[in-house]
Amino acid sequence: MKKVLTTPISYEQIKDLKIGDTVYLTGMLATCRDSGHRRVVKDKIMPEKIDLKEGAIFHAGPIVGKDENGKQYMVSIGPTTSRRMEAAEADFIEQTGVRLIIGKGGMMEKTTEACKKFGAIHCAFPGGCAVVAAQEVEEISDVEWMDFGMPEALWIMKVKEFGPLIVSIDTQGNNLFENNKKIFKERMDKLI
Amino acid sequence: MEESLKQKFIKTVEEFTGMTGIYLPDDVEARLREMAEQETIANAKTMYDCMLKDLSLAKELHRPLCQDTGVIQYFVEVGTEFPYQAEIPEILVTAARNATLNTPLRPNVVEPLGEHNTGDNTGYGAPYIEYELVPGSSDLRLRMYMAGGGCSLPGRSKVLMPLEGVEGVKKFVYQTILDWGVNACPPLCVGIGLGTCAATSAMLSKKALLRPIGTHSSYPEVAKLEDEIREGLNSLGIAPLGFGGSQTVLGVNIEAAAHHPATLGVGISTGCWATRRGDMIIHADLTSEILSHRKSLEV
Ligand code: SF4
Repeated sequence: MKKVLTTPISYEQIKDLKIGDTVYLTGMLATCRDSGHRRVVKDKIMPEKIDLKEGAIFHAGPIVGKDENGKQYMVSIGPTTSRRMEAAEADFIEQTGVRLIIGKGGMMEKTTEACKKFGAIHCAFPGGCAVVAAQEVEEISDVEWMDFGMPEALWIMKVKEFGPLIVSIDTQGNNLFENNKKIFKERMDKLI
Repeated sequence: MEESLKQKFIKTVEEFTGMTGIYLPDDVEARLREMAEQETIANAKTMYDCMLKDLSLAKELHRPLCQDTGVIQYFVEVGTEFPYQAEIPEILVTAARNATLNTPLRPNVVEPLGEHNTGDNTGYGAPYIEYELVPGSSDLRLRMYMAGGGCSLPGRSKVLMPLEGVEGVKKFVYQTILDWGVNACPPLCVGIGLGTCAATSAMLSKKALLRPIGTHSSYPEVAKLEDEIREGLNSLGIAPLGFGGSQTVLGVNIEAAAHHPATLGVGISTGCWATRRGDMIIHADLTSEILSHRKSLEV
């Protein structure tokens, strides 16, 4: 059975998830990457068109197209490297109350601690699978911070069973990619 | 060159460039499917399934299979008897621009230092073009590569002390993939160059990356090293996507050149599971054939 999270995401929904679990998301999802994190954390400006409390963000920069009626739609949207947001993510979680962060690869210690403290998780969407992701976006409901340009703007989307999302940081302080790194390193040490 | 011929030439390169963003080359797709089939770990299988689903959706909807369609790079072998040599640079730049706007590809190119996005993947020195002469031929061989961000990040080259030897080369490759491989969307294509200095080793590594998966260096010792490094990297089990599975790479290719006895240069270039490269021949009469995507274009 598919495990589906729905926004607003209560702590109840995520507290028993473990690293390596596969989940999906239904509800509202906003893209937010380098510039968006800077605006929230450094400039202390919150998005106006979506409340991120108990919400979900996606580290991604899409290709957005327009259909015959001039309505915007997702052509291709895949995750970008989450690690770039590491410096800002802990403060971002504290300030917004976001529960689900989706990206590519893992994040590090500060984010792991913040996830534990404030009740959030990080999940990885399979990198490069951008048409799969675009097909799981039902519609683009709004956009703000267009001053950043298409890839960096905050795109607000309605998604349905968006995933697969693999839990990479859970609420108990476990970190899948950091664990894996140790395993890969041990294997390498055997080689040389 | 007659205008109608010029338009035909541009269209041929434009379509080839756009197509490369939508379909994987035959060798990459075949190997990816093989790895998906060989995988036994459940989570890893889910990831491969998602990649294969992405490939078929991209074909069906005619959209770039990954949103990062990279920076466009052309590697051109120009026959000395090819009739339209003078037009080649202009044609390639126009084709890259048209392919970006019409496919559409993501406009990635930002001007050096200023970071201003040009909006159409052309700019100062973009697309990147490299030429080689082929004496006596009347064909133009055009290879193109989309250099994505995540998959270009692991690239580096270094000059080792010769005493570090083959072990030093392996160590450098393993460490680089361990440190940077996860975010480059593995399974990876790994190109390795062995030469005298940092620059030639890097260039040879790119040449190695452009060679199809499953081919071997014609120099026996080097071919053996390709197999050894492939097995070594696979034993790390980084793919798919760093979640951990049974393998790491789609393939390992090495290009080597005889070098200075006092240096051992080694370069690495990597491509992701979505390694997008194309290979085509354009004849003197402007008829053409695509060599890299025979199978995928049939369906
Ligand atoms: S590494 Fe490759 S598959 Fe992954 S996001 Fe970049 S271009 Fe796409």
